[in-house]
Amino acid sequence: MSRIVVHGLEKSYGDAHVLERVNVTAEPGEFLSLVGASGCGKSTFLRILLGQERQSGGVVVVGDRPIVPEPTPQRGIVFQRYSVFPHLTALQNLLLVEDFRSGGPFGRVFGARRRSARQEAETMLERVGLAHARNLYPASMSGGMQQRLAIAQTLLGRPQILLLDEPFGALDPGIRVEMHELLTELWVEHGMTVVMVTHDIGEAFKLGTRVLVFDKVRHDPQFPSAYGATITYDLKLDRNHRASSRDVAKVAAMVGTTRLDSAIATTAS
Amino acid sequence: MLARGTSAAQAGAGADLASQPAGVPKTRLRLINATVSRSGAVLLGALPFAAVAAAYLVASAQRLAVNANDKLLPAPAQMWAAFFDLATVPDKRSGDLILWADTYASLVRLFAGVGLATLAALLLGVAIGFVPRVRAFLLPFVTVVCVIPPLALLPILFIALGLGETAKITLIAVGVAPVMVRDIANRVMELPPELVAKAQTLGGNSWTMVLRLVLPQIMPRLITSVRLALGPAWLFLIAAEAIASTEGLGYRIFLVRRYLSMDIILPYVAWITLLAVATDWLLARLSHVISPWAHPVQNR
Repeated sequence: MSRIVVHGLEKSYGDAHVLERVNVTAEPGEFLSLVGASGCGKSTFLRILLGQERQSGGVVVVGDRPIVPEPTPQRGIVFQRYSVFPHLTALQNLLLVEDFRSGGPFGRVFGARRRSARQEAETMLERVGLAHARNLYPASMSGGMQQRLAIAQTLLGRPQILLLDEPFGALDPGIRVEMHELLTELWVEHGMTVVMVTHDIGEAFKLGTRVLVFDKVRHDPQFPSAYGATITYDLKLDRNHRASSRDVAKVAAMVGTTRLDSAIATTAS
Repeated sequence: MLARGTSAAQAGAGADLASQPAGVPKTRLRLINATVSRSGAVLLGALPFAAVAAAYLVASAQRLAVNANDKLLPAPAQMWAAFFDLATVPDKRSGDLILWADTYASLVRLFAGVGLATLAALLLGVAIGFVPRVRAFLLPFVTVVCVIPPLALLPILFIALGLGETAKITLIAVGVAPVMVRDIANRVMELPPELVAKAQTLGGNSWTMVLRLVLPQIMPRLITSVRLALGPAWLFLIAAEAIASTEGLGYRIFLVRRYLSMDIILPYVAWITLLAVATDWLLARLSHVISPWAHPVQNR
């Protein structure tokens, strides 16, 4: 699908620097897991990829041109919350994709196009195991069902890049494992590039083909937001082999150490 | 008889309040945790109505015992007779059934005014809430208009638009619209940014997002907004009718005030209350029909 090239990416809010000198290239079909301490800017990075926020400097190229600074169908997203439309049932949520894609004055497709959209939606519901819930509103679904629906909806949009912002963060451990399997299957079927932000190091290693650690290289104890975070560690994984526990421990330590450091900085200031 | 009913209600409510399911140790719960059973709630809710009715009946009976021609606190039978007359006996001069003519005139004004305000709230509120340029253009203006007391505009409206229906309907619309516009604009701005981003990743453009995301999402709030606006709308309606009108519920009340006709005023107030409660109930039902997702079934 599409290659992502990020070069010299900077993001700051006034004086506060969040990201600096972020360089990364993702080949088509890669699965990038982004980890890092809370507030290290990995979610900001994802929102820039999405187009929800604009970078302060640098370029992001997807495919062969820089991304436009607004969300487009090129990049699909699944958030941790608010990822499906609460006023539509499961089936209507999926039908909405074709309605939006048509872009017509009624925001709705009719006739043969609606029938084929319905068929596609039913197949997708079946695929993610929500056929029995087709007429339920999200409010009466469990968190896991809602995230299944969110992923199904995003995939119907046929994005070149799938962005995931802690998609399973609010789910029970058991449901989370199910979701990992589903996501892996869908990733293999569709072959798109995936960028996932997660707090769960295990999840990052289990799903990703590459783990990227976001952290600050430079610290100013008097002014913690003087410097932004960047990618400090870039580990390629082989999904056919279990990641070595040493690698996992190393990344866990990197993510943990930042917290320790910033905690020390906070108490010292 | 009513006094007995009241004390029975108190006793019943007291018994219900104390009841707890078997197997639960009898403890004194905090005030905020002691819930009321369904029948207990009905009885408690009826209590203030019964108290007011009882107080009125006692006071009315006392005054009528001293002076049978007293006009201030007429007996229920007198009020019913006067009300029934207005509802069924054609007026000698115009031939109208006064109650229905008044009700029709007032409701037309009320719904026209509130309808216009709702339309404005929908168009302006969505535009202000969803389109940054329109927000920059109109929000300061709407915010300022919001704080103008509408009744202060009434003379201006009567001078500019004459004493006819236009002025009255405009007063109601102008009176309630600014608050509704702001309310809807706020609600649109409170839409989770995740939903708006998601809609865009699915290919939504500004217009289709208004149709498929914004409108359905704000519909429950719009109906709530109309329900809340109906209170002030009645106020403006009656104020306008009191000053310049030839028919209408407010006009009638202020007309018969000259003759101290409490036997008409009180039933009219009750009638207006009934109309307001019925409208409110209908709107609440409408919200359930239009936006079932916003009212999850509780007894699941």
